[in-house]
Amino acid sequence: MSRRDAELLTRVLREPDVAGMLGADEWTTLLTVARAEQLIGTLACRLDGLPVPHAVSAILTDARANAEEGRRQALWEAEMARRALAPLGLPVVLLKGTAFVAAGLAAGQGRAIGDCDILVPREHIDAVEAALLAAGWEWVKPDPYDDDYYRRWMHELPPLIHRERDRMIDVHHTILPLTARIAPDAAALIEGSVVLETGLRVLSPHDMIVHAAAHLLADGDLAGGLRNLWDIHCLLGEFGVEGLCERAQHHGLWPAVWRAARLANDLFGTTIPDGWRVRDSADPLYRRRLLARDGWGRQTRPLTRLGFYVRSHWLRMPPAMLARHLWIKWRGSPAASGRRG
Amino acid sequence: MRHRFDVRIGPAGFRVGSDWRAPVEQLAALYSDYPKPENGVPDFTVRLTAPRPWRRWLRPSVAIAGDYMLPEAAPLPLRHGLLAAEMAMNLQMALGWRRHLLLHASAVEKDGRALVMSGESGAGKSTLAALLATRGWRLMGDEFALVHPRTGDVHAFPRLVSLKNESVAAMAAEVGEARWGPLLAGTPKGDIRHLVPGPAAIAAMDTPARPMLLVFPRFGFAPAVRTVPPSEAFVRLTQASTNYTALAEDGFKALHRLVAEVPSVAIDYPDGAAALALIDELVP
Amino acid sequence: MIYRAPPPSALLVEPLDAFTAVFHRPSGITHLLVPPAPQILAVLTEGLTREALMQRLAAEYDLADADPVALAARLEELVDAGLIRAE
Repeated sequence: MSRRDAELLTRVLREPDVAGMLGADEWTTLLTVARAEQLIGTLACRLDGLPVPHAVSAILTDARANAEEGRRQALWEAEMARRALAPLGLPVVLLKGTAFVAAGLAAGQGRAIGDCDILVPREHIDAVEAALLAAGWEWVKPDPYDDDYYRRWMHELPPLIHRERDRMIDVHHTILPLTARIAPDAAALIEGSVVLETGLRVLSPHDMIVHAAAHLLADGDLAGGLRNLWDIHCLLGEFGVEGLCERAQHHGLWPAVWRAARLANDLFGTTIPDGWRVRDSADPLYRRRLLARDGWGRQTRPLTRLGFYVRSHWLRMPPAMLARHLWIKWRGSPAASGRRG
Repeated sequence: MRHRFDVRIGPAGFRVGSDWRAPVEQLAALYSDYPKPENGVPDFTVRLTAPRPWRRWLRPSVAIAGDYMLPEAAPLPLRHGLLAAEMAMNLQMALGWRRHLLLHASAVEKDGRALVMSGESGAGKSTLAALLATRGWRLMGDEFALVHPRTGDVHAFPRLVSLKNESVAAMAAEVGEARWGPLLAGTPKGDIRHLVPGPAAIAAMDTPARPMLLVFPRFGFAPAVRTVPPSEAFVRLTQASTNYTALAEDGFKALHRLVAEVPSVAIDYPDGAAALALIDELVP
Repeated sequence: MIYRAPPPSALLVEPLDAFTAVFHRPSGITHLLVPPAPQILAVLTEGLTREALMQRLAAEYDLADADPVALAARLEELVDAGLIRAE
């Protein structure tokens, strides 16, 4: 299998017409990579209406149907969260995939959606937690150390899952961990949010792009990055870049937004200002990481991936804390370590 | 991946990749009369991989991966690679198939009408299906029955029949050696041998059938038959379906139609012969 | 407090022998309901208070034990399930 298997996906997403020239093995590769990158629903929407082999048509139809079902369930989770939190009279801002489908954005078309993510004001997070628990959500993890760490340092509550519907909700009070080196302006995110017909909110267009870039580059180890990068491609296409640089700078996230824009331009042909298209020595490494998938769906390039995994922990917390966190995780919780002697 | 095997079973096409030759060779031999995926593009990819690079050679063990995966699944020893492949393909169907309502059930057909036998592992649905296939019924499948959401027809998924422990011996008396896979001894599910469906079942795999009777079998009890009301059948089949929820409206309508239009019975049986006798009485 | 059910187009309702199977389109969830739940859903396509609901149920469905406590419990279950809204 070629090293360029993931590029087949970016190429077809960018230019769906090229799919007309694919043979059976290339289709197999394309569909497998798309599934592994959680982009098969997106691919199916991009290829909708184009002539494809019958077997492929059946697979893409299924992918579109799955995305529709995912959309229905995501919007329902958002609605149930809205009902539980409405009495508090707080702004509740939807994030990520749920936000894209709730707002009818291009980024939402065919999107695979996981948990429901919401952003609420930090000073009211206890009330939000109480309201969700009263409405049938419960904690996923019982480990007290993790919980403590989460509450003090992360940008979200520990994960909650609804006891009847078995679906998770992530409640954020800012968009990056408090231990991260960058501190976005959470209050401004909420102030700038846009209200939808349902009363739920989504971030302003610029803030959506800033959040997507933060999520892609400043938060994690880029696993699943192509899907996030495609979100950014769609958002930039839908909203343009006017005023984006200033807003990103306000949050301290301009380097992330800029890099995300360059990567989207490189891989998906996103239109960005000529002045933004500079050569940055780290971009090829990010590109390599984003494309680390082969035609069997396996992650490749283990050293690059390890580099990004270490980096993601480094970004989330200062070195001394990182050492302590990993030490405690390795040794087990305080209650257990006594038994090991 | 080093070794590869592609096969179509009923409407579903699979690509199986493997770090070792043996499982692929076994699959190729047992599925030799089956067609290849339509247009050469499989619906699912499955990977039989070593959980750590050195486990390809050192106490080799097979981890299952593919388009759909369960994070906690324990690897199997290489000698059970064929079982790993079967489990992997089942998992793709269970988590990823949506062109039909999937029921954990075996199905056999006669004169264009299907008997659908629903039960968990151990209820005897595989053994019953294999037995009925030796009594003039066409085997449609032993693990999954596929119900078409528009027509309500039952579609075949005639994978290799997975028989365990005593059932192996019971069927060995009925079927020649040529159609058996290797004995997989001491698997987590006991001793297993795979039985290749007969030529008629393979040839007719694309021919659907109208459901005529839903059966809920229970092995190891004195013979008994009880009519199952539609509401009970509905609940039991939602529990027996891995994709009912994913199919949403289509799943609801297909399942409601099935239980409303097709009678259901629960049968208790002490052995294969008793089951055959009960079924003979139930089927006009 | 006004209780409201979704419009009929939002539900697929199939009465079976022991219960009524209801597919709720907005959520994709299937509910298995026994009286008075299906009747409550049918009546509440128009938003009603609990008292008004009790009267309508008694009139239209001849539901004998019109126990307000029991009705309140059923309503709460339906609200928790997402089938009706309390405004």
